[in-house]
Amino acid sequence: MQLTNRSKQVSNKEMTLAEKMYLPAVISGLAITIGHFFRKKPTIQYPEVKKYLGPIYRGHHILKRDEQGRERCTACGLCAVACPAEAISMVAAEREKGEETLYREEKYAAVYEINMLRCIFCGLCEEACPKQAVYLRHDRMVPVFQERDEVIYGKDRLVEKMDDRYIRANNSEVNTTPTEPSLTRAAT
Amino acid sequence: MDLTTLLVKGLIILIIFVITLTIAAYSTYGERKVAAFLQDRIGPNRAGPWGLLQPLADGGKMFFKEDFIPAQASKWLFILGPCLAMLTALMSSAVIPFGDTIRFGNYAIPVQAIEINIGVLYIFGVVSLGVYGVMVGGWASNNKFSLLGAIRAASQNISYEIALGLSLIAILMMTGSLSLRAIIDEQATFFEWNIFTQPLGFVIFLTCAFAECNRTPFDLPECETELIGGYHTEYSSMKLGFYLFAEYINMFVSSAFISALYFGGFHYPFMSEISGALENSMGAIAGHNVATAIGIVMFFAKIFFFIFFFMWVRWTLPRFRYDQLMNLGWKTFIPLAILNVVITGAGLLYDFKYATWIIAITMIGMVVVSNARAPKREVVRPGVV
Ligand code: SF4
Ligand code: SF4
Repeated sequence: MQLTNRSKQVSNKEMTLAEKMYLPAVISGLAITIGHFFRKKPTIQYPEVKKYLGPIYRGHHILKRDEQGRERCTACGLCAVACPAEAISMVAAEREKGEETLYREEKYAAVYEINMLRCIFCGLCEEACPKQAVYLRHDRMVPVFQERDEVIYGKDRLVEKMDDRYIRANNSEVNTTPTEPSLTRAAT
Repeated sequence: MDLTTLLVKGLIILIIFVITLTIAAYSTYGERKVAAFLQDRIGPNRAGPWGLLQPLADGGKMFFKEDFIPAQASKWLFILGPCLAMLTALMSSAVIPFGDTIRFGNYAIPVQAIEINIGVLYIFGVVSLGVYGVMVGGWASNNKFSLLGAIRAASQNISYEIALGLSLIAILMMTGSLSLRAIIDEQATFFEWNIFTQPLGFVIFLTCAFAECNRTPFDLPECETELIGGYHTEYSSMKLGFYLFAEYINMFVSSAFISALYFGGFHYPFMSEISGALENSMGAIAGHNVATAIGIVMFFAKIFFFIFFFMWVRWTLPRFRYDQLMNLGWKTFIPLAILNVVITGAGLLYDFKYATWIIAITMIGMVVVSNARAPKREVVRPGVV
């Protein structure tokens, strides 16, 4: 079977004198490697330089607020059920009078935690959410952690800040298959 | 020899010692950088600016590793091995003349640790002693792979030392002296550099130097695919560090030796004009010292080029098979080196220095002819069955 055009027939033919002397082959080899020496290196110096990973990259989770700054999550638990790694846990609470500016629904998540060591960034939570509350943002990664107690992300690190809102890149630019519902829904 | 000369001598010895160690340490860094660049990578760049502190970090790591001696090993020989390797490697840089003389007052002190009139022999002796480090270490480990590696190292070094010595004899015949300084002074003008008078000798010498240093493509004693780690399989911690370090020192010394023997040492084109001009403008003593300094810099430039060349070859060529290695040494290099000596001698009879070009030209001619007569390789078109 032919896989590439670069395969070479191996022959057991007697070597010519030039080949027996090795030197011409050695010199051409040296020329090839020195060419690579001066080539521009493709390495990206990761922690200092970050690459744009595309509009559908699944990075840091974010719990969205709506336009009036109310949290969208209603603590239905569907994300936790969908999560294959069982990384999500939450405690639901009922919205009190006077808290309508904080929470959009009558029930909200008082505690919402994601264990980033367990999470595999599959994005199933995002797809499961009926309230379009949890997203995996494409522009930020979960930072590297050294301590175990840094690993569980609570609401303080997950809920969207109103002065630092996350807008998913325009979906029309994204070539997706229609079977990915998370990308066909607008996120604001 | 009065006190001042002695002091300056001591200082020069100390400086050469420190420089050898520093260069060896930074060769490890250089090797990793060169390897990375040849493979389109960047290489170590985290320890200090551009990773310049990497050798220190490596050394620190080596010291903190467990120093393990196998239970069945012969303990003292096991320790002696790396020490011998290190010792002989460090000793050999003593006779290399790094520059002309430094003048102050009435003194003229050569920039060289010791000037002995059998410098070449001395280096040969010390380099052959270097095999003992490998041999003793490999044997003392009480491990079959180590022993195999050590035997390979010994037989390889012995075989290639012959060709190495024979290719040198042609130079010794032309100079008529065993002193390295005399050999360098012989090459004062550019076209009398031995690379131009002894092209074949240079190729043989260079290849043998690779084999003597156990560098790729001749690094069979530490061939990982066949022998795990070769003669230093059982070594850990700073003992292993000593072996690796000795290899880099050997590389430095061979580079210095090659530049001294074939590339005019501290000479460079238009040297006499430049030093004359300097002496005119800055006074005899200061001018002479500055000219010496330029010579030293040139010498180190040549050394660094050859260290780079060693690395360049390492990351280009695959390892030879052992029978190929032996065939190359015994059946190719030794006859060629003898032929080289004979032709050089014949040339010297008629006072013609460039006689060995005859061999080179004949070989090129033979290659061209055999290439022309060889049956054309039939081109196998991919996809067409
Ligand atoms: S991305 Fe996947 S693994 Fe991570 S929390 Fe969401 S569903 Fe669980
Ligand atoms: S994030 Fe979505 S799916 Fe998860 S509990 Fe909140 S509303 Fe339900």
